[in-house]
Amino acid sequence: MAFFKKSPWLLHYDASSCNGCDIEVLACLTPIYDVERFGIVNTGNPKHADILLITGAVNVQNEEIVRNLYGQMPDPKVVVAAGACAMSGGVFQDSYNVLGGIDKVIPVDVYVPGCAVRPEAIIDGVVQSLAILERKAAELKRRGGSGEPEKPS
Amino acid sequence: MKTALLGVVLWLIAAPLVGGLLAGADRILSARLQGRVGPPLLQPFYDALKLWDKRGGVVNRFQNFYMVAFFAFVLASGAIFFAGGDLLLVIFALTLAGVMLALGAWSTHSPYSHVGAEREILQMMAYEPMLLLAAVGMYLAGRSFHVNALASSGIPLVLQLPGVFLGFLLILTIKLRKSPFDLSASHHAHQELVRGITTEYSGRSLALFEIAHWYENVLLLGFVWLFFAFNPALGVAAALAVYFLEVVVDNAYARLTWKVTVRAAWIAAAILGATNLAVVKLLLR
Repeated sequence: MAFFKKSPWLLHYDASSCNGCDIEVLACLTPIYDVERFGIVNTGNPKHADILLITGAVNVQNEEIVRNLYGQMPDPKVVVAAGACAMSGGVFQDSYNVLGGIDKVIPVDVYVPGCAVRPEAIIDGVVQSLAILERKAAELKRRGGSGEPEKPS
Repeated sequence: MKTALLGVVLWLIAAPLVGGLLAGADRILSARLQGRVGPPLLQPFYDALKLWDKRGGVVNRFQNFYMVAFFAFVLASGAIFFAGGDLLLVIFALTLAGVMLALGAWSTHSPYSHVGAEREILQMMAYEPMLLLAAVGMYLAGRSFHVNALASSGIPLVLQLPGVFLGFLLILTIKLRKSPFDLSASHHAHQELVRGITTEYSGRSLALFEIAHWYENVLLLGFVWLFFAFNPALGVAAALAVYFLEVVVDNAYARLTWKVTVRAAWIAAAILGATNLAVVKLLLR
């Protein structure tokens, strides 16, 4: 039995968002949307997280942080880029310090469009990412890696 | 001997199931108090099973050893309790479990983990006097430290020890990791210490922590039951009522500082606990 889609723990990181998308991400936790119904928990710890939800474009200052957060998350894991800026850099893409979308730095599994991204779209994106998470978990299991500690590289 | 063995087996098998269900009920109740629907009742089991399949990142060789030791001592502590053994041994084994948890958090390099460990030790400093006074009070009222003898004596411990019981309720909030005393780590996801004492744990060792916490909760509710052991059914009802109360308190309060926590627990121990013991010692005997 695979339990990843029943208990996805989510790490939210604001790369260089204008906070519009972040407010919508937090709105998902409120009584109206209540994502905890699906077992989704907004954890603040990458070591506990299954889904990395990033809003905003990557810039030279937080590039390393994004890489670090992604690296600290144990497998299996998925990345959701939420909002126009996270997808491509959005209106900030020509800025001197902006590198572009999240996929310039780490592999992204699901892109959620919107400016600001709507809570319904975020939930939809996260639910779509669960299928990918399940696939990655099955693959990890086949390789015999689930539950094993990660080898230090 | 037979009942003792049955108690241990029941503890090992049924306690995590009951504890997990209680944790699920806690999450639903918390959600309802906040006007939300909340997760399914079995959510804590889904979480633990998921964590079991996740890769665990270890930062050193000792981290998982301490977590397994924490788990083992919680199990040992409850086994002594449900076998009808010595209350003092139960408390000391539980204390040792807490020390293991703090050492595990200290073995890492994360500052969040370190602050969590320090707070865990402060919490232990806060609740330990009252926990011991509860055992001493039960001895004074029931003439034994043995859970078996206390449970079968038919003495209404809660009527003789109302102050100790109230003091115990206060430290129960600390032990159950509920607000306002959830300093080192709580079940609410986002907090100022990231995840406090469990920050550096992931995968199976984190699942072990969750399961150990279910065990611990059942053991603590067992203490509540013991106060009402003259009527076992009433005891179960009281334990559930206390758990409900703790969840409500958890949702109604913000986290307090460690100073207030230690002060509150010690004042409760000094006034509610010690006064009660003096009354029992001088008047009832």
